[in-house]
Amino acid sequence: MSAVIVARHARTPTERFKDAAWVAFVALLLGIPMVGMTTVDQGGALVVTTRFGVLAAFVAASFAGRFAFRWVMDQYRTRRDAKSTTVKVDRTAKVVQVLGWGILGVALFLPAMYSDNRYVVDTATTVLIYVMLGWGLNVVVGLAGLLDLGYVAFYAVGAYTYALLFTHFGWTFWEALPAAGAMAATFGILLGYPILRLRGDYLAIVTLGFGEIIRVILVNWTELSNGPNGIGSIPRPTLFGLPFERNPAEGEQSFATFFGLEFSGMHRIIFLYYLILVLALLTNLFVSRLRKLPVGRAWEALREDEIACKAMGMNVTNVKLSAFAIGAMLGGFAGVFFAARQGFISPESFTFSESAIILAIVVLGGMGSQMGVVLAALVLVLLPELGRNFAEYRMLLFGTAMVLIMVWKPSGLLSSREPTIRLAKASAMGGQK
Amino acid sequence: MAYALQQLINGLTLGAVYGLIAIGYTMVYGIIGMINFAHGDIFMVSAFIAVTAFTLLAAFDITSLPLAITAVLIVAIFFTSAYGWAVERMAYRPLRGSTRLAPLISAIGMSIFLQNMVQLTQGARVKPIPPVIEGGIVLWTTPDFTVQIAWTQILIILVTVVLMVAFTWLITQTSFGRQQRACEQDSTMTALLGINVDRTISLTFMLGAALAAVAGVMVTVYYGVVDFYIGFVAGIKAFTAAVLGGIGSLPGAMLGGLLIGLIESFWAAYLSAEYKDVATFAILILVLMFRPSGLLGRPEVEKV
Amino acid sequence: MSAATLLSVENLTMRFGGLTAIDDLSLSVPAGKITAIIGPNGAGKTTFFNCLTGFYKPTTGSVRLAHPKRGEMRLETMTGHRVARDAQVVRTFQNIRLFPKMTVLENLIVAQHNRLQDASRFSIAGLFSLPGYRKAEVEALKTAVHWLDRLGLTGIADTAAGDLPYGTQRRIEIARALCVDPVLLCLDEPAAGLNPRESAELNTLLLSLCREEGIAILLIEHDMSVVMNVSDHICVLNYGRKIAEGTPLEIRNDPQVIKAYLGEDDESEPATLIGGNA
Repeated sequence: MSAVIVARHARTPTERFKDAAWVAFVALLLGIPMVGMTTVDQGGALVVTTRFGVLAAFVAASFAGRFAFRWVMDQYRTRRDAKSTTVKVDRTAKVVQVLGWGILGVALFLPAMYSDNRYVVDTATTVLIYVMLGWGLNVVVGLAGLLDLGYVAFYAVGAYTYALLFTHFGWTFWEALPAAGAMAATFGILLGYPILRLRGDYLAIVTLGFGEIIRVILVNWTELSNGPNGIGSIPRPTLFGLPFERNPAEGEQSFATFFGLEFSGMHRIIFLYYLILVLALLTNLFVSRLRKLPVGRAWEALREDEIACKAMGMNVTNVKLSAFAIGAMLGGFAGVFFAARQGFISPESFTFSESAIILAIVVLGGMGSQMGVVLAALVLVLLPELGRNFAEYRMLLFGTAMVLIMVWKPSGLLSSREPTIRLAKASAMGGQK
Repeated sequence: MAYALQQLINGLTLGAVYGLIAIGYTMVYGIIGMINFAHGDIFMVSAFIAVTAFTLLAAFDITSLPLAITAVLIVAIFFTSAYGWAVERMAYRPLRGSTRLAPLISAIGMSIFLQNMVQLTQGARVKPIPPVIEGGIVLWTTPDFTVQIAWTQILIILVTVVLMVAFTWLITQTSFGRQQRACEQDSTMTALLGINVDRTISLTFMLGAALAAVAGVMVTVYYGVVDFYIGFVAGIKAFTAAVLGGIGSLPGAMLGGLLIGLIESFWAAYLSAEYKDVATFAILILVLMFRPSGLLGRPEVEKV
Repeated sequence: MSAATLLSVENLTMRFGGLTAIDDLSLSVPAGKITAIIGPNGAGKTTFFNCLTGFYKPTTGSVRLAHPKRGEMRLETMTGHRVARDAQVVRTFQNIRLFPKMTVLENLIVAQHNRLQDASRFSIAGLFSLPGYRKAEVEALKTAVHWLDRLGLTGIADTAAGDLPYGTQRRIEIARALCVDPVLLCLDEPAAGLNPRESAELNTLLLSLCREEGIAILLIEHDMSVVMNVSDHICVLNYGRKIAEGTPLEIRNDPQVIKAYLGEDDESEPATLIGGNA
């Protein structure tokens, strides 16, 4: 259509220079008000200070960066064109499988390798929470094709259900887990029912609205949620009743005393890690299995063509609601884990940017791809972690990564789709004609 | 009664600002069918540019009000349009013709980037500027309440009206307007007719950014404080306004903006200030359920 | 015409604002036969299909189906999916609507959603792969394989439907509709975009579906080589009204029909009016 036509020939140095000069000029223009100047508070009044040195560096960096980027791209392109005759075999499915088992192996032994490094295990736990949330949202967005910008609402419902069930009724993690899942699913259905008629973008904005409504209610309904102060001292999960505490209650055993180990704070961290790993793997199994069931196929069919679904006699509303409810339930489970891990929750943890991150993981991973979610969660959580020495650049890097990955691979990192059934295999399994 | 009148004035002012931002959403949605999530942050950038510009002017002792405001508007429109252009060029144009979700994600990324860029370069703290225009006209005095329309409010409403007239002329009467509307209907055909679609889209983004810039300057003048987070909230409200009015419709965006502004100020005044955002969204949901094409949008017949 | 009436449409009218797309239309479709609906572009043929299959709610009039097992059904009162699910009136689309990223086999399995979903008992039987569900799954696969074979699609069963050529996609859409186990199969321009050889194959297929499987077919088509060769009965629409009805021979010689197609000036032969509905 109106896509940019990229010149196929390698650029001459002059062209490359001109191109980079143009980029530098744009950088200068954009940089003047933001990089070049700033206002600082001086004795109660604002004063403009200039940073032309930084601006010059920024412009120079843009020039050099663009010049180098073009040069590398040209080199790459000429080389690729030279050997473009080789037939490309699509081995994605195989690679993904191997990669999946590899990552699973690493995930299983990670705490053993880093048993004294709290930071690594903590970060891995965070990655796994996002993986689980991604898999949950993948049902709604990736499979059923319903754009949901308020997924964090269900995450919040899960977390608050556990927190409230504990503070009011003393429920433990394991008792609250199914209840919170059910609660989140109910919310999914209640919120979903009136709006599922809406087309894609309207659905997006309304779900965004729901997410914000839930957050605003959590902030303001102080009697229920304790408002912005949040709810604290939420108990950590136990291992079959064994708590991870230094001093267990009188007459009870803790994890350390039961196994005759010396108490260590790392036990709990590692336990939490394995817990979320198990939850995430169960989620994966569950969703992968659902995908091969009528309901899962109906989700994908719905994503592909809603009108055709109706013409096949499919009750589209039920299909959409089931996607919403199951996605919400998985988000609720993740919320319970989040509350238990943090021990403290407040509305601040459930802002729109959280929804945006989860959605980004699903879309960057490649809609509907389970493995893609893992890769995207790894990239999006770990990439900013690399810059954690410059903590203030974390979110900047995050935003940049989102834009760059999308521009580089608009259909996501892993976009190939594995069929849910194959004729050859299926016939072998007993479906002889 | 007097109190209600005051809320009406406040609501209209707020609504005018939302309307100006909403036009950017509606135009971009109309022409390339995407929610430009970064548009609210473009508005925020312009507010920061306005703060810098006002401070600079004060430093040079330029005190003539009309001159100062015109100068700030020009500077803000210039730089903000550049931002609008750059965002489209970098984050959206490479994604044209791909899936519907890709540009949305890219836009969310852009929004996060802009917010954090401003936070880094301009500081995370709230920026207050001394009041630019003070005072107003007292309209009505009752024993316990005085209804007043501030000069800034008059300015905002006036500027919005003038811009709306100019804008309607631009879209309906000029060659650019025709090209823009042609792209909205069928960009492939427009390209076949020899019209530079890329350029038209770029111009649309710049125009939307320019209107957001005006809104940014007005908000700076009106409230006197800005911070890097105002873009998100204002952006969502303005998008809600665009949807409410019927996305793709320019008068709809303005009407939606005014309605959202009024709902917000009346709700905050009479019911509860904390839940005003809930009210906005609840109304949006109701409208979409019963009139999915918005108030002034063309109803869509499901094509089978 | 001795066959029993399967579908009878009475006084059907559909208005969109000021436009009357279908105007007081009455017609009947016999069981086990092929009925064609023809007419110039904009005559209201697709709108008629949309009214039959629950996509539009007709302004007035009734559509009665004499379902062989479930008795009489009023299609105009049924919404969207219920026409296909309960009345087993299944349609295809003028602009093919497959599930493009899913494979051909998956498309055919999705068409059997309702039976499978019931067997999966809210997915619980399905999750644990209980015998009842497994049996239903094998049944569904058998049905799919049957139609794959019948329409010559077995070789491409595992290819994404959207990657296949146009003519093949048309056949997939018919196969998918057949998997719903239709009592009445409504085909909206199945020959549009097909080359002459593919059209001829379509004729054979339609005739055999009707004669061997006893499926009644309602057909919208511009390709007269299809219409004249397979139809038992033809109904001609113009401006939403029925202007003629009869056997192919009768229709070919009907002065009203010739006028509707050719207008006052001679522009083209009816037999060459092929496809290309805007």
